[in-house]
Amino acid sequence: MTRVFISRDMASVALGADAVAHAFADAGCEVVRTGSRGLFSIEPLVEVETEGGRIGYGPVTPDDAARILGGNHPNRLGDVAALPFFAAQQRFTFARCGIVDPLSLADYAAHGGWTGLDIARAAEPQAVVDTLKASGLRGRGGAGFPTGIKWQTVLDAPGGTKYIVCNADEGDSGTFADRMLMEGDPFCLIEGMAIAAHAVGATHGYIYIRSEYPFAIQTMRDAIALSADRIAPFTLEVRAGAGAYVCGEETALLDSIEGKRGQVRAKPPLPALAGLFGKPTVINNVLSLAAVPFILAEGADAYAKVGFGRSRGTMPVQLAGDVRHGGLFEVGFGITLGELVNDIGGGTASGRPVRAVQVGGPLGAYFPPSKFDLPFDYEAFTAAGGLIGHAGITIFDDSVDMAHMARFAMEFCAVESCGKCTPCRIGSTRGVEIVDRIIAARETEPARAATNDGTLGKALYSRAPDRIDVSLEAQTTLLRDLCDTMKYGSLCALGGFTPYPVLSALDHFPEDFGAAAPVTEAAE
Amino acid sequence: MGSDEAKALIDAWVGREGAGRDRLLPLLHNVQDAIGYIDDALVPAIAAALNLSRADIHGVLTFYHDYRRQPAGRHIVKLCRAESCQARGGAAIEAIAAERLGVAMGETRRDGQVTLEPVYCLGLCAIGPNAMVDGRPVARIDAAALDRIAIEIAA
Repeated sequence: MTRVFISRDMASVALGADAVAHAFADAGCEVVRTGSRGLFSIEPLVEVETEGGRIGYGPVTPDDAARILGGNHPNRLGDVAALPFFAAQQRFTFARCGIVDPLSLADYAAHGGWTGLDIARAAEPQAVVDTLKASGLRGRGGAGFPTGIKWQTVLDAPGGTKYIVCNADEGDSGTFADRMLMEGDPFCLIEGMAIAAHAVGATHGYIYIRSEYPFAIQTMRDAIALSADRIAPFTLEVRAGAGAYVCGEETALLDSIEGKRGQVRAKPPLPALAGLFGKPTVINNVLSLAAVPFILAEGADAYAKVGFGRSRGTMPVQLAGDVRHGGLFEVGFGITLGELVNDIGGGTASGRPVRAVQVGGPLGAYFPPSKFDLPFDYEAFTAAGGLIGHAGITIFDDSVDMAHMARFAMEFCAVESCGKCTPCRIGSTRGVEIVDRIIAARETEPARAATNDGTLGKALYSRAPDRIDVSLEAQTTLLRDLCDTMKYGSLCALGGFTPYPVLSALDHFPEDFGAAAPVTEAAE
Repeated sequence: MGSDEAKALIDAWVGREGAGRDRLLPLLHNVQDAIGYIDDALVPAIAAALNLSRADIHGVLTFYHDYRRQPAGRHIVKLCRAESCQARGGAAIEAIAAERLGVAMGETRRDGQVTLEPVYCLGLCAIGPNAMVDGRPVARIDAAALDRIAIEIAA
């Protein structure tokens, strides 16, 4: 019987993979449902097992089954791993994703699974933490805090009960790496959490998954049940979110697990010392924990030798939005933004020129193509007024209106604010109003010379609507002032980072806000 | 489901899964999965079952976008509004969806047949605009796809 491999990833299913799988089953094939390889322009992808290895075809429809099994189909890709998109990657974390049956313990063990856990459990907890420190792994959720140091704090914290919490509340638009890993290689995350538990002395862990990811929730629950004996005495459970973006913030996530409103806590105390139920808690992103089995199995040096500056190891970059070859591209830090967008992603799907890319989700900055020489590195992005975040890159063509995107950033913050701090709760709504005034003014008011006539004061202290200075200049000044308040006055990254997309849009694309285009554009 | 049945459901769930404070979100999910929404009239029963105040339950119930306090339509279409889908023409699709399905974003159609809701990212960001139709993910939504969805929800 011919064996074929078809992805069960939510993205593949959204493109029709279930119908394709049925067609191959009806044609008498043994269908193995895998995770996704991660290149969505070739999904639904079918790989047929032959004596010479797996031969890929994609994209395919259910009607293609007979021709593919006959070995004669125009979308024949050959060895999928040899395609340029995959050959150029360094897959440490996603090595198994798209290849194995996600819920097969035999597949997992055959592809190097549990090696890291066995090595860790044979070592002292301090030695495991030291290995993590030596690897240089930094928090992949966005903040980039050294994982080993976080674990050391929890290991050193007094108290018998400690928890491991996995933050799988991947709410950023343009990111899907957590989802793909949980659906495509769930045991990898479980192994990483079990290693963390051994390293810090925890006995129970939680995986908090957003409710928008029903496939990931089901796959993780199944995988936990299957691997319970292997990770014992450590135990795990999945908690489903309830549609609150702010629960991706670690302290809001902890409150949500505790059964409360997902409101951000003031720090200190750090979760490492007083986290879930007030106990010392390791809270890490999916990708941080999923990188751990590789580090233990292959050694800290194997991980640390890849990378750029203080950003060590690999980053699963996600190419999204209006992109020709979108998907997951795991590569060492240091690759430039331009290489990712143009060489790997192949530019826009619409065929129009790239105008802007947003890096790091709804709280990340927009960059124009003139910034495409930026290396993918935490420090380089911070210096450029942005952030890597969860490494999602959303590409926009030249039809985008950046004032609308700035408005959306404020609107999203208003919808998702937890309401605890004023700059975020009220500032975001005021931000929407200001951008609305700018959009209204830019239609009617030609760009005019600065008057410097106390416009901020007029705009700030007006109370009656007819006394608000609605000129472009006054409102733009007010918007910058508001962003300053939100950035430095908010309790967490939601209010604090919403200014990134707003200010970067304003700085790099002033022509969309009614001002003159930047002169720097011509120099490049 | 009558209110006595709903209370029995809550008590049975708590008897099985425990009555700790951290059980609140899973319990609310369970009630909504079983009944379709969480009626305000059930708040006292939930509060009693978990030994929490009614205000506390109300606070949690109204904080999370997922929990419904009114019944939804027989079909639920969630359309992504986030940046990556916008980059692929999501805003225009939103307008077409409202027109083809005959209901404004965030509303339930008067005949109770369909609810159209925004969702902020389904994690299918390279193949948008995306939607969830009764829990089934659908990618590359265009006018033709919306016509198919409109037929599907007429059933």
